[in-house]
Amino acid sequence: MTAGTATAEPTEPSRSVIDTTLRAILRDVLALDESQVEAFDADTGLFGHLPELDSMAVAGLFTEMEDRLDIVIDDDDVDGEMLETYGGLLAFAEAKTVES
Amino acid sequence: MPSGATADEMLLGFDRKRDHRLLVLMPLFDEASKMRRQIVETMRILDQSGVDCFCPDLPGCNESLAPHAKQSLSGWRDAAANAAAHVQATHVLGARSGCLVAPAELPGWAYELVKPSSVLSRLARAEQISAREANETVTANELIARGCENGVTLAGWSFGPDLVNELATSELTSSPHHLPITQEEVGGSPLWLRAEPGFDPAQAKALAAIIVERLELP
Repeated sequence: MTAGTATAEPTEPSRSVIDTTLRAILRDVLALDESQVEAFDADTGLFGHLPELDSMAVAGLFTEMEDRLDIVIDDDDVDGEMLETYGGLLAFAEAKTVES
Repeated sequence: MPSGATADEMLLGFDRKRDHRLLVLMPLFDEASKMRRQIVETMRILDQSGVDCFCPDLPGCNESLAPHAKQSLSGWRDAAANAAAHVQATHVLGARSGCLVAPAELPGWAYELVKPSSVLSRLARAEQISAREANETVTANELIARGCENGVTLAGWSFGPDLVNELATSELTSSPHHLPITQEEVGGSPLWLRAEPGFDPAQAKALAAIIVERLELP
């Protein structure tokens, strides 16, 4: 990665890195191909909209997010709202990477 | 068994009395059903490549009639060691959490070993999410604490306190005799992550090829 005039090393992944990582995890969990996850937008429905995304799949999704984004997801974070749409999940992941 | 007695369990085997005899240990819990076909297809390819393969049902798993709530990692380790002796295994392949119960002294491979605490927290999280859907509020940590005391049902599996305690507190240790096989080496996306059980012939071929190469078979 090149940083041009940046004076400090970035301390967390950029938005695009988080977005790419999150799409890759969803691709693995939902067994979709690249073009299908590329088509996800902020309003794309997830938990409650995709029948295959059950509680076990969501738990696996969280574990992968922790591993690949180097974040810690607390029990209190696991609420339905941030899982409802892709935009909600991405915003959550971004907030967590800033926190960590 | 905890009493020291033994019980018979089913075993899927490809036995042609060859020199290389591989004990295969499936992942535990939900990943067992997600990975079973993939692992069995890998065993078929290994059989065609000259390797005898044996996959035992651990007590309480798959076709076993033993109660899941009475099982423990140490009990499964004993069962896997007994199975290895029974089939005269020369090597072992553990897949994911299957590595946690692989006989330590038997040479072999650990395919994407997973931390015991990660296995437990993922199941507890799934239970937390299910509970929320049923309008009950309980956290994964509360479920684990409850399980350590009295046992708990997580994502449909009944866990006794011994198994919860072992998963919660065991360090990630890998036998020096079990060489790692990573998903990167196998290629493709990890099938244990998929919401539905899947099968990827290319991955089965790749995993079998890695083992055949390391066994130095022609």
